[in-house]
Amino acid sequence: MRLKLVPSETNWDFFRLSSVALAASGLAVVASIVLFFVIGLNFGIDFRGGTTIRTEAHSEVDVAAYRQALQGLDLGDISITEVFDPTFASDEHVTLVNVQAQDGQESVSAETIAAIEAVLQEVDPTITFPSVESVGPTVSGELVQTAIIAVTLAIAAVLIYIWLRFEWQFSLGAVAALIHDVTLTIGIFCLLQIRFDLAIIAALLTIVGYSLNDTVIVFDRVRENLRKFKKRPLKEVLNLSINDTLSRTVMTSFTTLIALIALFVLGGDVIRGFVFAMIWGIVVGTYSSVFVASAILLRLGVTRDWTKTDGGAGGTQFANIDA
Amino acid sequence: MLNIPLWNRVLIWGLVALGLAFAMPNLFYPRVERHNDAAAAIEAGTATEDEVAEDLSGWPGYLPSTLVNLGLDLRGGAHLLAEVQVEDVYATRMDGLWPQVRDALRDERDTVGTIRRQASPADELHVRISQPDGMTAALAAVRALSQPVSSVTAVGAMTLDIRAEGDTIIVTLSEAERAATDDRTMRQSIEIVRRRVDEVGTREPTIQRQGDRRILIQVPGIGSAEELKRLIGTTAQLTFHPVTGRGGGSDVEAGAREIVLPDVADESLLYRLEQSPVLSGEDLTDAQPAFDQNGQPVVTFRLNTAGARTFCDYSQNNVGAPFAIVLDEQVLSAPTIREAICGGSGQISGNFTVEGSTELAVLLRAGALPAEMTFLEERTIGPELGADSIAAGEVAAVVAGIAVLIFMIGSYGLFGVFANIALIINVGLIFGLLSAIGATLTLPGIAGIVLTIGMAVDANVLIFERIREELKTAKGPARAIELGYEKARSAIYDANITTFITAVILYVMGSGPVRGFAITLGLGIITSVFTAIYVTRLLILLWFERRRPKKIEV
Repeated sequence: MRLKLVPSETNWDFFRLSSVALAASGLAVVASIVLFFVIGLNFGIDFRGGTTIRTEAHSEVDVAAYRQALQGLDLGDISITEVFDPTFASDEHVTLVNVQAQDGQESVSAETIAAIEAVLQEVDPTITFPSVESVGPTVSGELVQTAIIAVTLAIAAVLIYIWLRFEWQFSLGAVAALIHDVTLTIGIFCLLQIRFDLAIIAALLTIVGYSLNDTVIVFDRVRENLRKFKKRPLKEVLNLSINDTLSRTVMTSFTTLIALIALFVLGGDVIRGFVFAMIWGIVVGTYSSVFVASAILLRLGVTRDWTKTDGGAGGTQFANIDA
Repeated sequence: MLNIPLWNRVLIWGLVALGLAFAMPNLFYPRVERHNDAAAAIEAGTATEDEVAEDLSGWPGYLPSTLVNLGLDLRGGAHLLAEVQVEDVYATRMDGLWPQVRDALRDERDTVGTIRRQASPADELHVRISQPDGMTAALAAVRALSQPVSSVTAVGAMTLDIRAEGDTIIVTLSEAERAATDDRTMRQSIEIVRRRVDEVGTREPTIQRQGDRRILIQVPGIGSAEELKRLIGTTAQLTFHPVTGRGGGSDVEAGAREIVLPDVADESLLYRLEQSPVLSGEDLTDAQPAFDQNGQPVVTFRLNTAGARTFCDYSQNNVGAPFAIVLDEQVLSAPTIREAICGGSGQISGNFTVEGSTELAVLLRAGALPAEMTFLEERTIGPELGADSIAAGEVAAVVAGIAVLIFMIGSYGLFGVFANIALIINVGLIFGLLSAIGATLTLPGIAGIVLTIGMAVDANVLIFERIREELKTAKGPARAIELGYEKARSAIYDANITTFITAVILYVMGSGPVRGFAITLGLGIITSVFTAIYVTRLLILLWFERRRPKKIEV
């Protein structure tokens, strides 16, 4: 008896609703972009500058009292978020206090932090400060720049790699899927207002890697099947390839999701946003490798002129390298 | 058909054994850490073998003892990103140059007339001469002070740019000299930060240059970023100045090229000092806490040759005059020179406590920072938060691991067991590699490992699914296994190389925690491909050779 997520023989037509799926994806991408400009991301201090103080107290947190106490310090924009987490002990009450970057200061001065800590201690004597992080505006600006460069570079590198190994149509399909995944992830972060910090960029890049992983495996099978069935129409070959690899796609996504969900529930609140981004990215990435990458490949068509190359090898000169 | 040559088998098992051997100390983290600390203490001569025998014997010396470094977010500590104000040094250089320029021009007094330093931007030196006709001679005299830049990249360039504007000579550092000075300033700053951090003897601090003018400082185990900043001492500048006057309140006003500084003990007592110091902390070679003949704590110091000569000349010419020892813009003491001091050593007395004199000696020994630092980024992570994160990460990793193991067995039966053994080896290898290269494990790094647990089975899944497909065309089990591996290989490579590319980009572009994630992700890709392609294959082969099944079920 074997556990099977997918029947061993499938012959589903993935392109029956491909226009609908593509339209839905396109709409989701547009919606994400709109969300980004209308609501915007809830940037953490890494990208916005400012100070985040993590507080921990033994008694219930009274956010209003915290706010009241901090108002007197005249620090500009302050946000206080209470953090709940299944890994906390029952008398562990955590908040994150965000203070905007202060004018004319790079990182918040020691006096400011001491003052904040003092007034909070007055509100609740049991309070401690497990972490204090402060990022100046210079660095945060650079971090934004670096992050954008990193994501762009990753996408470009992948575009080139797939182009070399397959054909340009594959490469466009894969990159369309990538942009789809990254945009949707940014969209969901805008929608849910989850804090977007440096670690999320790492998650985004992992999504880029994972989504590709999926796409490449489907494409690899497409290439193989294109050589095997030279006369069959592209749509059939694509469908066949997706069906062939479906079992592995679902298996891998499932095991990865198991691991990530364990991390999401048990890994603590510090990396929850990060793990959430990855879970979302894997779901979206699995979907997009079939419904975006392959659908675009189908629309772009593939050059199936094998006569020029020896031994029936398709694609480019690098396609045969077992690198 | 399925054969793997013996030497290959030995190599595979050897690599696995080596990796696991390196990973093993991490299972006994506290014990190995105590052992390593003890060994380091003996090495440094701060402890004898007997004193730390217990810690030392906690871990046998013949076993590997390298551990995965825990990042700040796991261990707790402080993180600072400092920007060095390299321009400060230009001003110091100009102040230091002025006496030389003055002396050079004085020798030409007949042709250039009287000379006067003018107010100027801090990185320029403006000197007015009263006889503009003598400008050519004056320029020549000042040019003689310019020297070739001591830098490989700027061969032939001179240190100073000298030009005349009307009756004023304007001296600035040349581009090449600025670049060379910046580089020197950075290296000096890093060295001083390192020495000061080392004085407190913390474990594995990270002090790195970032870009042209930044220093990243990470010190595990320190209480707060504030404490670290205090330790580094943003302005600890020791200088010796000639005193031109002293008094209280508003009696003391700074003249041209003069500064007024308060006494360290009595704020109302003010000293008027010449702005250009006779000596600065850079000329100090050593400083030690000591006691003077009255039993008062003092700090004795020694000067380098250049400093000793300068001080000797100065004290010879100024017997009877007071001079001030200034630290952090406060006058520590202003003794009167009784006789020429040419031995290259001296002592600083103030109203020190014993701790005070020790601390000052440490500060002086470490040297003053050549330029001020501003802090662009400060992070403090408490040790409890780090411990919580480790605990949470461990639980998540174990739960994730077990869930994946069960799922794999459920899906692939015996082959699932092989994949699971490979998975466990894989996690071991990641830790082994992390330890061997001395990488740092961060919280996102743990996430990377958990993600790898999920993704590591991918390669095996690809292979097993392929074997299933090949079995359908009924070529016999051995052939199916072989074909499965062969045909899955290109997909495995392509898929993992693309992910690896993103890991590399993350590593290059990222910093801190992100980089930690990139490392575990990248290493995880390498080890998972290795275990999937070689280790599981070998396991399946060993099983196959023993059983020789006619039929297999994957």
